[in-house]
Amino acid sequence: MATVYLTVPISEEAVRSLQVGDTVYLSGVIVTGRDAAHKYMVETFIRSAAVPESERALYEELRRLLAGSAIYHCGPVVRQREDGRWEFVAAGPTTSIREEPYQADVIAHFGLRGVIGKGGMGARTLRACQEYGAVYLHAVGGAATLIADAVKEVLTVYKKDEFGVPEAFWVIRVENLPLVVTMDSHGRSIHEEVRAVSEERLQGLLGIPA
Amino acid sequence: MDLTEPLVELIRRASTDLPADVEAALRAARDREEAGSAAASTLTAILENVALARARSQPICQDTGTPIFHIRYPAGMSAGKLRAQAEAAVAEATRRAYLRPNAVDSITGRNSGNNLGIGFPVFHMEEVEDEILEVALLLKGGGSENVSTQYSLPYEPLKAGRDLEGVRRVVLDAVHRAQGEGCAPGVLGICIGGDRGTAYTHAKMQLLRPLDDVNPVPELAALEERLLRECNELGVGPMGFGGRTTVFGVKIGAAHRLPASFFVTIAYMCWACRRARMEVKDGTVVYS
Repeated sequence: MATVYLTVPISEEAVRSLQVGDTVYLSGVIVTGRDAAHKYMVETFIRSAAVPESERALYEELRRLLAGSAIYHCGPVVRQREDGRWEFVAAGPTTSIREEPYQADVIAHFGLRGVIGKGGMGARTLRACQEYGAVYLHAVGGAATLIADAVKEVLTVYKKDEFGVPEAFWVIRVENLPLVVTMDSHGRSIHEEVRAVSEERLQGLLGIPA
Repeated sequence: MDLTEPLVELIRRASTDLPADVEAALRAARDREEAGSAAASTLTAILENVALARARSQPICQDTGTPIFHIRYPAGMSAGKLRAQAEAAVAEATRRAYLRPNAVDSITGRNSGNNLGIGFPVFHMEEVEDEILEVALLLKGGGSENVSTQYSLPYEPLKAGRDLEGVRRVVLDAVHRAQGEGCAPGVLGICIGGDRGTAYTHAKMQLLRPLDDVNPVPELAALEERLLRECNELGVGPMGFGGRTTVFGVKIGAAHRLPASFFVTIAYMCWACRRARMEVKDGTVVYS
């Protein structure tokens, strides 16, 4: 299990060298996005016949930001400073599996190299990681203040009024964000492996044959 | 007496200052994990985060959850006024960033911005024959709420019948199904019986119990102990990375049920088991 320092933009080669269990310290500009954001990206950009004119500027911006970068499943607690700039007060990950219907399409469309969240994701996302060269990076759930410390700057925010603070796209610069690779680009998932072990032990405890 | 400001302080404590028994349990869990494992480093990060949050008076977790108030008020005190003051305190605590705006309109998707909305926050009001006003607050995050679940016994797939062995079987299943998604290691609040609605309330109230208390019902005390051991044998571990501690508390209560129904309700609480309590007597506020 290696410790790797990664900086955005992340190359395909760098991401393919990562294995499950590796610790990653991530630096650079990433974007938060969770339920409303994923639904929006897929419905408005990916599965729609054409991007509506009103959304085109944001689409171009997200394409530029997300290529070679990571999306972070996070709904932060924020504070606005007197000069109008925003700060992250608490910024732990939210449960990722809710984005399973969307994530593979978002990885493919935007060229993501990383998906950051908690709890892991399903088979479709794992396949997308293999196919397009991406990893799932697990942040420590609930370690909100610790993670907020790694967020050095909030560059801007999109869709704050429409989606609300937790659901908006927050564009942030992070430094040494501590993460663990739990799904790699080689088809391995710690989540699947732990689930298989716990399933077997559950059957043992209940006396039910597999 | 206007309790708005003391209630803001109660919320601040719940959100930023993890109870000592919970922190001690997490420390013990860290010491049990293999040095250098993902489980050990995760628990170390959790403990660092707990200390930082306390020192800076910032939320332990960004998901400050659903505020659930359990208010026991002396006869003669206005429940409506208490409720209004608690709502004002929630809005103020949100403004001070002790709470994240978490109340979303289910039809429009709009966030109310101040944690007030229909059925939000949650209140359980109980008039008591006592001179002491007691307010208990639980902040329950969404990740753990989503893996909370309810079984109706008998439940054939697990060979779970209508007895304590049936309860044991479905609880183990629930913890296996939750994996790391409820931010393991967690605490289980369980209700045996009740109707579908009150059972969840009762299960969540169990989460207000200190970790080291002993269930007054001997059968339940024995089941709590057994489930604590067996849940950890599942090996889910912190965040589902695998490890020795999957839950660090099991608290079970029972409520009367209909002859036709036998629900087992499991309220899963994440490691950030945020609870705080205050008592008010003769104008003096004491927090615990």
